[in-house]
Amino acid sequence: MKFSTIKFELNGKPVEIEVPPAMRLLDILRETFKLTGTKEGCGIGECGACTVLLNGQAVASCLLLAGQLEGTKITTIEGLVHDERMNLLQRNFLECGAVQCGFCTPGMLLSAYALLQKDARPTTDDIKNAIAGNLCRCTGYKQIIQAIQKSTESLSDPDQ
Amino acid sequence: MKKEFSTIGKHIIREDGWEKVTGQAKYGDDFNFPNQLFGVPVRVPAVHAKINHIDYSEIISDPDLIAVCNCSDIPGSAKIGPIRKDQPIFCSERVVTSGDVLSLLVGPSREKLLQLREHIRIDYEPLPILSDPSKALEDDAVLIHPEFKTNLIVHYPLRKGDIEKGFQQSDEVIEQTYTTQCIEHAYVEPEVVIAIPMGKHKGIKIIGSIQNPYTARRIVASVLNWPLTKVRIIQAELGGSFGGKDDTMNILAARAAMAALKTGRPVKICYDREDSILESYKRHPYVMHYKVGFSRNGKIRAMKIDILADGGGYASMSPFVTWRSVVQATGPYEIDHVWTDVRAVYTNNPYTGAMRGFGSPQPIFANESLMDEIAIRTNKTPDEVRRINALRQNSITASGQKLTSHDVNLVTVLDRAVEETGFSKKWRSNHTASCGPHTLSTGSEGNGDDASKLILKENDFIASSDLFKKGIGLAVSYRGCSLGAEGVDAAAAYLSVQPDGSAYLVSGLAENGQGLRTTFSMIAAEVLGLSVADIYYLEQDTGVIPDSGPTVASRSTLMGGAAVKEAAEIVRKRLEKVLMDHWNTTGAAEFNFSDHHVYATGPPNQRIRFPELCEMAFQKGISLAALGWYAGPRVDWDEETGQGPAYFTYVYGCQVAEVRVNIGTGEVYVDRIVAVHDPGKVLNLLGAHGQVFGGVTQGAGYGLWEQINSLSGQIQELNFDQYLIPTSNDIGEIVPIFIEGRDKYGPWGAKSLGEPTLELTAAAIANAVRNATGRRFFNLPLNLEEIMLGRKLINKTAMRGSHV
Repeated sequence: MKFSTIKFELNGKPVEIEVPPAMRLLDILRETFKLTGTKEGCGIGECGACTVLLNGQAVASCLLLAGQLEGTKITTIEGLVHDERMNLLQRNFLECGAVQCGFCTPGMLLSAYALLQKDARPTTDDIKNAIAGNLCRCTGYKQIIQAIQKSTESLSDPDQ
Repeated sequence: MKKEFSTIGKHIIREDGWEKVTGQAKYGDDFNFPNQLFGVPVRVPAVHAKINHIDYSEIISDPDLIAVCNCSDIPGSAKIGPIRKDQPIFCSERVVTSGDVLSLLVGPSREKLLQLREHIRIDYEPLPILSDPSKALEDDAVLIHPEFKTNLIVHYPLRKGDIEKGFQQSDEVIEQTYTTQCIEHAYVEPEVVIAIPMGKHKGIKIIGSIQNPYTARRIVASVLNWPLTKVRIIQAELGGSFGGKDDTMNILAARAAMAALKTGRPVKICYDREDSILESYKRHPYVMHYKVGFSRNGKIRAMKIDILADGGGYASMSPFVTWRSVVQATGPYEIDHVWTDVRAVYTNNPYTGAMRGFGSPQPIFANESLMDEIAIRTNKTPDEVRRINALRQNSITASGQKLTSHDVNLVTVLDRAVEETGFSKKWRSNHTASCGPHTLSTGSEGNGDDASKLILKENDFIASSDLFKKGIGLAVSYRGCSLGAEGVDAAAAYLSVQPDGSAYLVSGLAENGQGLRTTFSMIAAEVLGLSVADIYYLEQDTGVIPDSGPTVASRSTLMGGAAVKEAAEIVRKRLEKVLMDHWNTTGAAEFNFSDHHVYATGPPNQRIRFPELCEMAFQKGISLAALGWYAGPRVDWDEETGQGPAYFTYVYGCQVAEVRVNIGTGEVYVDRIVAVHDPGKVLNLLGAHGQVFGGVTQGAGYGLWEQINSLSGQIQELNFDQYLIPTSNDIGEIVPIFIEGRDKYGPWGAKSLGEPTLELTAAAIANAVRNATGRRFFNLPLNLEEIMLGRKLINKTAMRGSHV
């Protein structure tokens, strides 16, 4: 099998890997880098459990292949462990009861994070649309939407 | 017991939450072990077939194949099942469903094994396929399991009163047939299991996405022919289950264990979504004939019910699922004359088993649709006709059980929901409007092929103001808590308080995402005056805590919660004894455990810090570890007559759905659902709200979109591009409201909520659609084609989606 050398930025650090060019980013993260916070639910870009940030955009890592990564910036849930905005979302997810089984949660948080990076004051419809590609079977989404809303309120509050 | 709670009933954040939001929580596939191999299932591209020969010669010497496991490797039980042992771990001579597995390829690379699998040659003869359950009991039907001489899995009769007399007393009779579809659990995490051989005397350790670790242990031990102690099951963090990670996981655990023992190395089986949907069991499709007789005043006199459940290829949980149906099939109404038959049959369809709701969503759709029809016939509103017939305190159920020991709050939840939504006025106004122009001209029984019967005739034009019809509908239900007369019902919890006042807790029931660890920690914290943060919840390990039965039937708060409370109270009594000695009291003193202190409420009016007391007890050699055990009270059932106290207590719910129906497209928009439930005492308000939001959303998916079509036994929807579950955009507002009825069972009277929230949503939506359109729909799901054409459109020619 042919291997390619690919350089990209992963969670803020430059990395270089030698992998088959058709290897999925999801597998690179989980197997090569042992970043298991990114989950596989469907393998066809429908469920959103494998959501990561590609240059700040929420994308399904099961649909990105190694060959497409050269020069990109990839961010996973582990890469935002000290990020203020992500920490706020995480706290609000817990306070609002937005987590049950938790399997969709990292992907859901990254979709929410990407939205708030782009727009600090999204409408409820914007929020629903931003996470429409992240399936959750436990929560019915209500407390997730509430948690994201709460995070926008805190972010846009000038006193904070 | 003190009246004010410090933790119970509050909004408590889940104790395992931080790991989940940071990606650190470890699910089955996040575990890997040195020298680990993978297992990949081998299937035959047939639904019902006789297997003549499997030829591995092309791959057998490939270095990427370490072993092939099949039925000849099984030292113990080759077939398993909760009641009937009809499901093989590996099929050898025959397959009866499309998900059946012949063998497991084992090797270091899953990807390579998938490639090798393509080179196996299977010589098989297709057998006739039985896909229509209504033909399963015909004389010439092909037998799915010839050894049982019939396709009948189970038949439950229920006889109360004199059915013929009841119909004679009736002024009117309605007779209808309803059907519900097969659906998939669609937990977002597919199945994963890893078996790790521990050496000759230590047996095997199994880690996986396992809903019921004790059931998995029993199955693995019986397949290996080992004592239970040598099989240790450790539950990984579970990525959703909803009843779905039971039988399938037990079988996968057994296969992984066999492969691990054969190779001497850890073996992981990790399913992709297609494997998961193909092989896992589903919710039973039902065909339900209801005949109901009633008086002009709306009082039901007699109800005759005949239900047929499609069990698919294996019996699995069918005997339990259909038993709940026979108990609850009339709905929560007091009816003097009832005659019910529920049967489950084998077919070559995907096998069906446990799923959240468990035999209740189907009859609720039927009986609640029927109640609205009775209301319309008797010129009453749906809530009025329910009040006339509702179970009340001391009412007698269809199985002859008198409801005395708990608050029978059916009318209370109904009244609350009706008041909250302004139901009656809206219902009457929509009902009148639905009889206007552009009513749908076909119902389920219509012929959609006849274009002249469609709403839009050639020159019709619907003004945009007429396009959306509003509807409001309600459904009520009652639900027997826990297992009932289905089986043994007891649970354990272990609490070990440390000398510094912190405590370990674990129960024999499993955290499946519902928040059990948090609720159980709250119970222990409440009894001992601690906070949830003081409780360290241990991982679920079958080697540590007694078998507490399965985590099913919305029983964990009721049964496991009571066991936790028992354990905490044992420790508390020992601490009180220590204090009596220490403070030299006579034993008349009462103690208040709160805020990490213990107070004597009478003389000597002293207090002590909880950690100080624990250290004192430790120094005196007093054990602060306790095993709590809670066994459910006696329940009973007569198999011949379907009479007896089926469950020791019940919960009640009412949901009101407000919808808009686009009569140009058939699309149903759920604008608002008010869900009023009496789950007994609410322990964790935050978790309870989550159960309602999630259950209602799943129930709406069942009502409107979800369907597994198996054409001649072949599943058409193998991934989420075909199988559509609700997204964040699909359901409007959900309003949870709790009525806390009193009960002598359960911790502080806490009962069940998980399943009650799901079971009646589809019925409420169906009644709202009826209210909007003036048409009754008899077949779930109420998707576009059902509403517009009165039939289901199924692609009968092509495989679609990702698994072509």
